[in-house]
Amino acid sequence: MNIPLGHYLILAAILFAIGLAGALTRKNAIIVLMGIEVMFNSAILNLVAFWHYKHFAVPTAQLFAIFAIAIAAAESAVGLALVIAVYRHYKSVDVDEMKELKG
Amino acid sequence: MDHLHELARQQWLIPAIPLAAAAIQSLLPRSAKKLSAGLCLMAMGISCLFALRAFFATLGHAEVVRAVWNFTWFDYGTVSFKLGFILDPLTAAMAAMVTFVGFWIFVNATGYMHDDENFTRFFCFLSLFAAAMLGLVVSNNILLLFMCWELVGLCSYLLIGFWFHKPSAAAACKKAFITTRIGDVGFFLGILMLFWKTGTLNLYTAEGTGALQRVGELLGPGWFGWSVATTIAVLLFIGAMGKSAQFPLHVWLPDAMEGPTPVSALIHAATMVAAGVFMVGRMFPLFIAGGSLEHPTFAMDMVLYVGAFTALFSATIAVAQFDIKRVLAYSTCSQLGFMVMALGAGGLVPGQFHLLTHAFFKALLFLGSGCVIIGTHHEQDMRKMGGLRKYMPITFVCYLIGMLALAGVPPFAGFFSKDEVLLVTFQRSKLAWGMATFAAFLTAFYMTRQMFMVFAGKWRGGDHGAAHGHGGHEPHEVPWNMWLPIVVLSLFAIGLGFFGGKYAHYLGAEEEELSGKALVMGLSVTVGTLGILLGWFLYGRKPLAHASDPDPLESKLGGLFTCLNRKWYVDEFYEATIIRATMVGGTLFRVIDKRLVDGILHSIVWIVRGISQVCRWVGDEFFINGGFDAGCQTVRGSGWLMSKLQSGRVQNYFRILGLGTIILLVVYFLKS
Repeated sequence: MNIPLGHYLILAAILFAIGLAGALTRKNAIIVLMGIEVMFNSAILNLVAFWHYKHFAVPTAQLFAIFAIAIAAAESAVGLALVIAVYRHYKSVDVDEMKELKG
Repeated sequence: MDHLHELARQQWLIPAIPLAAAAIQSLLPRSAKKLSAGLCLMAMGISCLFALRAFFATLGHAEVVRAVWNFTWFDYGTVSFKLGFILDPLTAAMAAMVTFVGFWIFVNATGYMHDDENFTRFFCFLSLFAAAMLGLVVSNNILLLFMCWELVGLCSYLLIGFWFHKPSAAAACKKAFITTRIGDVGFFLGILMLFWKTGTLNLYTAEGTGALQRVGELLGPGWFGWSVATTIAVLLFIGAMGKSAQFPLHVWLPDAMEGPTPVSALIHAATMVAAGVFMVGRMFPLFIAGGSLEHPTFAMDMVLYVGAFTALFSATIAVAQFDIKRVLAYSTCSQLGFMVMALGAGGLVPGQFHLLTHAFFKALLFLGSGCVIIGTHHEQDMRKMGGLRKYMPITFVCYLIGMLALAGVPPFAGFFSKDEVLLVTFQRSKLAWGMATFAAFLTAFYMTRQMFMVFAGKWRGGDHGAAHGHGGHEPHEVPWNMWLPIVVLSLFAIGLGFFGGKYAHYLGAEEEELSGKALVMGLSVTVGTLGILLGWFLYGRKPLAHASDPDPLESKLGGLFTCLNRKWYVDEFYEATIIRATMVGGTLFRVIDKRLVDGILHSIVWIVRGISQVCRWVGDEFFINGGFDAGCQTVRGSGWLMSKLQSGRVQNYFRILGLGTIILLVVYFLKS
């Protein structure tokens, strides 16, 4: 069972598109955050796929991916904390209602 | 042996089937109630068949069988990290119990949750729980076990908070999650230390290189003057204390009764809370490494006395509760204490055997209490029940069997297993044995109290109902899908005890003549009988006439009863110490932030503002502003157009960003 590299890249592209669509179209801040996470993971998948097919001997990319996952975890923790702070302020997590920075 | 090896290879199917069901169920719409329940039951049924096949394959061997199947999870540089599944008597018996009891609890749940609008979600969580629990049981790797351990914790959280719109349920699920997490810190440290010292997390391998096969290498010095093995064992046991609700981390289990009753039966009585006991059993070589019966390791002493204390402590609380499920919850804590105590006394077999029998009769009792709650139209206060023997005969008979099994009346299952627990403890520590025997007395007493309050006398629910306007609905018997499971389980509560000797042989225990057999058994029967008689004396002779009547025990014990009813004020103690300290710490830091940090910042701001004020007076206003204002006006005029682009909507910016990316990509590909 040998899966060609292209399959991984297509999967990553699909994941990225799904995440992007979610982040762009959903009103709920948490779902926007989830969309961003999905995009993040598609990027990491790309990274790991390229590592596996091109530079299998050196584990640098693997280390990098684990590092990125750890950062993503921290980032989502911050993101969720922000969502909670926003919710306390606006009593809503609808991103369209957060437009105080408009010109 | 080849056949067993092949079965070990297929062990992963046991958790995988419910997991697949959970995945499908999570996509079903809310209205697909029948399909969801059907999938859940079918997955559990198939899983049960696999588990039973594995179980029967391990029977009838002359020596203890152990087949493992390990595979590489990932390679990292030169290190390859392996996970694995195991088939040995401990796992096989536990998996068969979990799938079998789980199946019947699911059947009961179809009745209990019948009218709930989130029925589909409920069964999805149940499937996920079953997958996680079975994964925990079949894993041959402490990290895989830990992952499943956390997953069952998550499912427990989701299911306790299933009715999250009730504030008490929302609080209870958080409490359960956080309390068990405190224990998990210890567990995780133990895992790290095991990996550090052995370089592997697989428990057994065919070549004999597994962590548990090499405990002999772990006898060097660890922390606090213990050996490495003992240190790891103590850390792991802290995790087990959280999961199996041992003092002082027991506080979450009674509150977990906020969940639906089938959940209480499955997770908080039969399976998940037993995971701690199972894990200690699984890691048993670490606990006993370097010790003997005369000189047990610190880990064993700790396990023994924590168990004995919890058994007694929780039993005293159960005596003074009025909620039908809370009595059972404290009883579960107490029985888990018995199992843990048996393990601490070196009795792997009695501990695990009590786990199995307890799972059957405690699931029976919880499902019975669920039937009572449905039959009495969601009443949980035992003072407002009474006389149900007449209205719910099937539930009554099954409940009676469960109660006799728990109280340790021969020849029901609980008698045999509890007797073995007491016997093995008697060999090790007379103090722990005394505590446990007293706990057994209290067990018989509080179960008798519950029986008389719920099933004897006359129906007292009317007193209360009339005042609230929804009338004194008469209780009724529950539908077949609710009583059938308790009938099946009660058969096991009667018969399972007779297999104790076979089970001991199955787990590979050597036949040994233990001293004081007659004394222990005689005393255990005596205290059981005394407990039942006392219960009859206080509650049976003259059942409560009205829901508002004082509890007979309350008038005897007075202040002590209140203290027991308030659970020895442990929650209040935590509230006053740990939670208060956290709050004070938080307030302190806030004050520091507000006064000190903000103060410095504000003074800097004031200084800068002062300076700029001076500058303004000196020349700015007159010379520069005039010319500048005119220029600014022009800039603002052009900026106005651009500022309209700043809608403040993050997603708009994001869309433009996305569009830009696509344009760039198109340009890139067209050019190349």
